[in-house]
Amino acid sequence: MRYLDEYRDERLFRSQLARLTQIATRPWVLMEVCGGQTHTLVRYGIDELLPAGMEMVHGPGCPVCVTPVEIIDKAIALARRPNTILVSYGDMMRVPGSESDLLHVKALGGDVRMVYSPTESVKIALENPACEVVFFGVGFETTAPANAMVAWQARRQGIRNLSLLSSHVLVPPAVEMLLSSPHNRVQGLIAPGHVCSIMGTGAYEELAAKYKVPIVIGGFEPVDLMEAIVMLTAQLEEGRCDMENQYRRSVREAGNQRAREMLFEVYEVCDRKWRGLGEVAVSGLQLSAAYREFDAELRFGLEDISVAEPKECISAMILQGLAKPKQCGAFGTRCTPESPLGAPMVSSEGACAAYYLYRRHNGEMSEDECVPSGEGA
Amino acid sequence: MSVREMPSIACPMPLPVKSHVVLGHGSGGRLSAALMRDIFLPAFGNPVLNELNDQASVSMAAGRVAFTTDSYVVKPLFFPGGSIGELAVYGTVNDLAVGGAEPQYLSAAFILEEGLPLETLRRVVDQMAVAARRAGVSIVTGDTKVVEKGSGDEIFITTAGIGVIPEGVVLGPQYVRAGDRILLNGPIGEHGVTILAQREGLGVSGDLVSDTAPLTELCRAVVRAAPGLRTMRDLTRGGLASATNEIAATARAGVLLDERSIPVSDTVRGACELFGLDPMHVANEGKLIAIVAPEDAQSALAAMRSVEAGRRAQVIGTVTLNRPGCVVMRTSFGTDRIVDMLSGDQLPRIC
Repeated sequence: MRYLDEYRDERLFRSQLARLTQIATRPWVLMEVCGGQTHTLVRYGIDELLPAGMEMVHGPGCPVCVTPVEIIDKAIALARRPNTILVSYGDMMRVPGSESDLLHVKALGGDVRMVYSPTESVKIALENPACEVVFFGVGFETTAPANAMVAWQARRQGIRNLSLLSSHVLVPPAVEMLLSSPHNRVQGLIAPGHVCSIMGTGAYEELAAKYKVPIVIGGFEPVDLMEAIVMLTAQLEEGRCDMENQYRRSVREAGNQRAREMLFEVYEVCDRKWRGLGEVAVSGLQLSAAYREFDAELRFGLEDISVAEPKECISAMILQGLAKPKQCGAFGTRCTPESPLGAPMVSSEGACAAYYLYRRHNGEMSEDECVPSGEGA
Repeated sequence: MSVREMPSIACPMPLPVKSHVVLGHGSGGRLSAALMRDIFLPAFGNPVLNELNDQASVSMAAGRVAFTTDSYVVKPLFFPGGSIGELAVYGTVNDLAVGGAEPQYLSAAFILEEGLPLETLRRVVDQMAVAARRAGVSIVTGDTKVVEKGSGDEIFITTAGIGVIPEGVVLGPQYVRAGDRILLNGPIGEHGVTILAQREGLGVSGDLVSDTAPLTELCRAVVRAAPGLRTMRDLTRGGLASATNEIAATARAGVLLDERSIPVSDTVRGACELFGLDPMHVANEGKLIAIVAPEDAQSALAAMRSVEAGRRAQVIGTVTLNRPGCVVMRTSFGTDRIVDMLSGDQLPRIC
């Protein structure tokens, strides 16, 4: 398949890996920020192929994971309201709140609808004038512009029965928090490609310069990630700390200006709580004054719902790259994707969930157990 | 269609079947009889059904009897490559065939939603009849109920099937041994992705067609060619991941799959990328895995490839002593990862 096979090509991957083995002389610690990148690394076992000592730690970039539980509880409260239609992406449906999830609320009669595009909620609102329609959207800078379209269209078309429950977070402030921490271990960063395709590369250039840490904007396929790892390692070995762009097929320096305009037309920057990390200054988006009337939390008086994180969960350490999922005593026992204690176990893009999904059994298989080559080819 | 109401067929002025299903069609009265006369009998008619008894009375060859049932609630009713009618026949036939049985008779029970166009029912029933003929089975008994509008979704069908397992054919996951080979009869994920694309109104162009098909001939060929056949399983909901996990769990053995040898069409891969799905979890309706002793792998593969439903068969993995109960995929990069069953429904990711 074009535009995909090239980036999963074994030979290309192997040649990048060979180059990495050639240039890496020290046990560098690198972090991939985005959950999509974590998923690919663990799914293909790329981190296990790195030269001895080199380590990948997994960053906070899974938007579903870092959404605070109280936002889920607010969505559930809305879905239980009579004459209310809650519209969201499929990924949010299974995320547990403090006592239920949206799929269960739906099963008990709540009107919960799954969509692929947020603007479908505009259509639903127009078709159901007697109902309140709430679009529930979370995500990073990547999904924010499309979610912003909901409020923008509602305002433009004067749709009174549509509002937004949103929890958007921004990547650079969280990365800055990690890099400025006295416990930071991360020596090089793979920045999230899709976020940069909207926001451009400027913020990461600043971070690289300020914290003297090389940053490579990376894609999401195995060859992308291996190339990004090689680029970071080359910088580290040469003593450089620049921002470089591996994901050139998607990311331009200026990003996507129209998407950004839409984003900042509707949203403004605010402080935001991240599940697992706590409050991070200027790391979130909220509806700006002109659009506040479409804020579901204000419209339905939901500001007071709050939930404490379970004490046993070490997600703050995981999300900062200070611990690996298997170092947690609850991993795979008291904490599973069906019943997660904390952020990284929630969505399949979270580090704990990826380890649970692909690696919960250890131990190598011997070569003679492999499928004999050529058989059935 | 209980037989007690059937004498009304003999009524000199039977009520004509109207254009839509009404509650009376399930009442067991004249409308039920008209439905039987105008829609079911012309399509399914066979000597056993035509007797219109409360039960079908059939003769079976000697041997053990395989017996299975399944319900069909697919939406939309019609999709590229098939319909709920074909699924209702092939799904049950395939459950029998993978047990090594020769499927013979089916029952068909319909739950219809009030207001369903009779033309839609007729189309479904006609396609069931064609499917039954293709699969070599007779639909010999059945039932129809009608529920109020909003209490169902157009048509739900439950079929049950029986078949005879020939002497000497003993299959089951408990016979699986380390070293056995796992064979797959063709590319995975086609049915699930086709349905999803239809449901979401996604205009995926190209060859996105459900793989709905009877597997009787294929199973027969494998049974004949491979005396060391351990077990077969058709891949429906939960896909290849669920089928292999179930076998690994029952056999208390490990399963090692080779990612490169599992066929997936470009269209299915593309659609899965778009929807955020893994083809390993996507439903199939004309695919099976067969687990055979290593010495029979090549003859079983050749047998599969000799029939239409198995042209693109592959050996996709081996049974191992390691990690009992666990399915592991060896990736194209030589690394291993667990292949898990899906938890809950398969939902798309958001980014």
